[in-house]
Amino acid sequence: MSTATTAPAVSDTSQERRQLERTWSDPPGFYGWLISVDHKSIGKRYIITAFAFFVLGGLLAVTMRLQLARPENHLVGPDLYNQLFTMHGSTMMFLFAVPVMEAMAIYLVPLMVGTRNIAFPRLNAFSYWVYLFGGLMLYTAFFLNSGPDVGWFSYVPLAGPEFTPGKRADFWAQTVTFTEVAALTVAVEIIATVFKLRAPGMALNRMPLFVWAMLVMAFMVIFAMPAVMLSSTMLIMDRLVGTHFFNPAEGGDALFWQHLFWFFGHPEVYIIFIPALGIISSIVAAFARRPVFGYLAMVLALVATGFTSFVLWVHHMFATVVPGMGKGFFTAASMMIAVPTGIQIFCWITTLWTGRPVTKTPLLFVLGFFFILVLGGLTGVMLASVSLDSQVHDSFFVVAHFHYVLIGGAVFPLFGGFYYWFPKITGRMLHETAGKWNFWLFFIGFNLTFFPMHQLGLEGMPRRVYTYSEATGWGDLNLMATIGAGLIALSVLVFILNVLWSLRRGEIAGDNPWRAGTLEWATSSPPRNDNFDFIPAVAAHEPLWEQKEEPAKTVGLSTEVREVLITTLLDARPDHRLTFPDPSIWPLLSAIAVSILFVGSIFTPWAVVWGSIPVTFALIGWFWPKPGKPKRTCRWKSRHDP
Amino acid sequence: MSGFRQRPFEKGIAQPSRSCFEGRTAGGIALSIASSGCSGIQSALDPAGPQAAHIESLWWLMVWVSAAVLLLVTLATLYAVSHGRQARGLDAEPEATPDPVAERKRALIVAIPVGMTIVTLFGLQVASFTTDRTLASLSTDNAVVIDVIGHQWWWEVQYVETTPSLRVTTANEIHIPVGQPVVLRLQSNDVIHSFWAPNLAGKKDLIPGHETTFSFKADRAGVFRGQCAEYCGYQHANMGFLVIAEPPEQFYAWLKKQRAIPPPPDDPIRQHGQEVFLASTCSLCHTIQGTPAAGKVAPDLTHIAGRQTIAAATLPNTPGNRAGWIVDSQRIKPGNRMPPNPLTPQDLQALLAYLGDLQ
Repeated sequence: MSTATTAPAVSDTSQERRQLERTWSDPPGFYGWLISVDHKSIGKRYIITAFAFFVLGGLLAVTMRLQLARPENHLVGPDLYNQLFTMHGSTMMFLFAVPVMEAMAIYLVPLMVGTRNIAFPRLNAFSYWVYLFGGLMLYTAFFLNSGPDVGWFSYVPLAGPEFTPGKRADFWAQTVTFTEVAALTVAVEIIATVFKLRAPGMALNRMPLFVWAMLVMAFMVIFAMPAVMLSSTMLIMDRLVGTHFFNPAEGGDALFWQHLFWFFGHPEVYIIFIPALGIISSIVAAFARRPVFGYLAMVLALVATGFTSFVLWVHHMFATVVPGMGKGFFTAASMMIAVPTGIQIFCWITTLWTGRPVTKTPLLFVLGFFFILVLGGLTGVMLASVSLDSQVHDSFFVVAHFHYVLIGGAVFPLFGGFYYWFPKITGRMLHETAGKWNFWLFFIGFNLTFFPMHQLGLEGMPRRVYTYSEATGWGDLNLMATIGAGLIALSVLVFILNVLWSLRRGEIAGDNPWRAGTLEWATSSPPRNDNFDFIPAVAAHEPLWEQKEEPAKTVGLSTEVREVLITTLLDARPDHRLTFPDPSIWPLLSAIAVSILFVGSIFTPWAVVWGSIPVTFALIGWFWPKPGKPKRTCRWKSRHDP
Repeated sequence: MSGFRQRPFEKGIAQPSRSCFEGRTAGGIALSIASSGCSGIQSALDPAGPQAAHIESLWWLMVWVSAAVLLLVTLATLYAVSHGRQARGLDAEPEATPDPVAERKRALIVAIPVGMTIVTLFGLQVASFTTDRTLASLSTDNAVVIDVIGHQWWWEVQYVETTPSLRVTTANEIHIPVGQPVVLRLQSNDVIHSFWAPNLAGKKDLIPGHETTFSFKADRAGVFRGQCAEYCGYQHANMGFLVIAEPPEQFYAWLKKQRAIPPPPDDPIRQHGQEVFLASTCSLCHTIQGTPAAGKVAPDLTHIAGRQTIAAATLPNTPGNRAGWIVDSQRIKPGNRMPPNPLTPQDLQALLAYLGDLQ
């Protein structure tokens, strides 16, 4: 264990606490909210925004289910239906799943590693605004009947200038640019936070599994997202300035798009899934009343999943012209990725088996995850087979499969996470009985919706069809799926009502209502502006379970300026202090300038030229040197375990 | 469980293919999905040829293995949760550092299932590769070669012959001889489509700029439905086709008939109908052999009356449906490329009489 102390002893801690709170607080009022760079404030609004998009995407899905409830239905026509499924997919992937996982990281990682803010706080604020504006742009286009209608994957040549005139596909392409800029910046922040801002003593091998998961996710974002930004930019150039990247008639290639898109698109699934694994590890440890079994295996499994997910993308393209030998490789890799996931599942089962599990709502969602994800994973193994995939690819079977994987693998753990951390974020517990209703409605509704879709796919129902004839015989199963979708909608409504009720009437949580072991529970609920009075010093995986007497802590950081402690990469030894920036309006102004450039470039290439001028000024404002506050001199004294 | 198979019906698509869920209780549905092969003219579980049959066998292998795995994991989870359940709930003192010796023993709880997972996956992989090889080994000697060209939103079908006059062009309906391999050469002139007739084989994409080939064989006669499986725009949902597998003599008789140029109409009404066809916009897009109409952007209508469906397997090919389609196809299949044709009733009737004769 390592601690650091400064020479002058602090006499009045309560005065110091107040000073710290003041230093790390946002200015009051709406303006203060706009300029906030606090990870908790931004994390909360990120979570709420992403959840709002989840609800919007869900309403689109319910509309689709109503249309498909019976054959030859006339609720919506092909024009709207094609926009609906494109918007649903794009919303859930780009505006909900990745952002909400990053939002959880923004809120929780700094608390879990025991620091006072996320690294690059202004970039964090900028990321939120860019994300918000991108989402608003997409929905504005949709409500103006210019929503994209080429699928969330926007295959060329359909999405190219010849077959989709107008601006619909461009709005899709720019939404990708917006959200990926936001995602990439958050990824950088997470990596820097995890690597350099951990509390003293939290060596890499003591880091919570949640933090590991977020770290792996952040690296994956950095390697996967550029592929889709590149391809969507090429698409917009094909559409706007007449390049021919994807035009076969001019030497371009339609398959090129698919390779670029799925090189991003497959890791994307794991970018969503891996943070959920982190959430599960947190919940399982807390409710099994012991640390997760097999820490090293768990970490290696996360890393292995991250790597392997980059060599599977061709299994989305088995029906194209990929050579057989290549397909064999991707079959093997796609099946292999089940191994690290299996390792984690067996480790969790062992944890529950050898622990003393308490089945509260968060753990219920995890148990739901076990059933649904394993089923989805098994159909995933089927899809990895070239032969079998050739039947079920692009059919409702695949729709069933990836909803099992994504809702089971990410949304169930996420809801578990909401129930688990809600008390930390708001200071109040969510209602437990309502939580159980929430879970069972969701679980039953989910299986009722998506299980029949396996059968529909085998009976020949392709994806993305707005109607089907009665002669196909697909009506009954579709009706069943629609009823299930109604139950899911009801369960989400129960959740929203539960949140609204609990915010005002929920039981007061206290610092650590679940008596969990990780650092976020060491501070008040909701956490103070500065997160911790003293940066904790860590000596174990579950620091709060280990402490028998007064916990070790770190002193010596300034209370006058926003100072954080930088530690070394591997062992988290105190290294130096760094002053973090104060709240600033410039991230918002920069985001507005960038948004003008992005939206403008849908309409004219000149927007890139003229739009860069306000961006330049905003960035100059952002980086303008501030008159420095006087630095205190201070010497470090560090002590390390042998 | 009702794993029975109904024979496919022989006449067209008007008859529904529902046999899966009738007369079952709701509770039995999940079980029956997992255990029954559903019959139908558009079902991967009712194979009519070796390719689909091999895939179906692989499917059942995967289903049973998966069911076993799911059952084991679910039982293990439920046992794990109920086994050490604590009455004291969260107040129970957490076990912060479990005993390392015990933990090492517990590693077996993880290691054994992980080993089983790896072995199972390896087995499934071998089964998958074996199936891939079997599918690839279908002999294409003496195959019927057919060009299939995808259009938004219909299928152009050409029977390949070295002699141009023997080439047969039709649309949305592929006749094949039972027992003889078929090689499809797939191309697209616009966007990506995907050819999928689940009773016969898996699917294959039609990609502009990449010609793909695809072979399969029917081993029993029947009418099978397929449809485009790759999202291709507005009317992706209504881009269907029929594959009609018939005994070879019947198939070759059909092919011979398709090669024949229909005789010119011999009664005044049909003659008028032909005039309407040639004088209106019809002939700009459609071909009718033996007439000046040689449009290439829409289905060849030389033998339109002999087909079972119109509008890419969307409607049964009845005179009433043909009339509705000609007058305002946009109401039936919004966004399709055919303009409305406001014809006078006399002209329309004459045109229908003419088209109805193009067997």
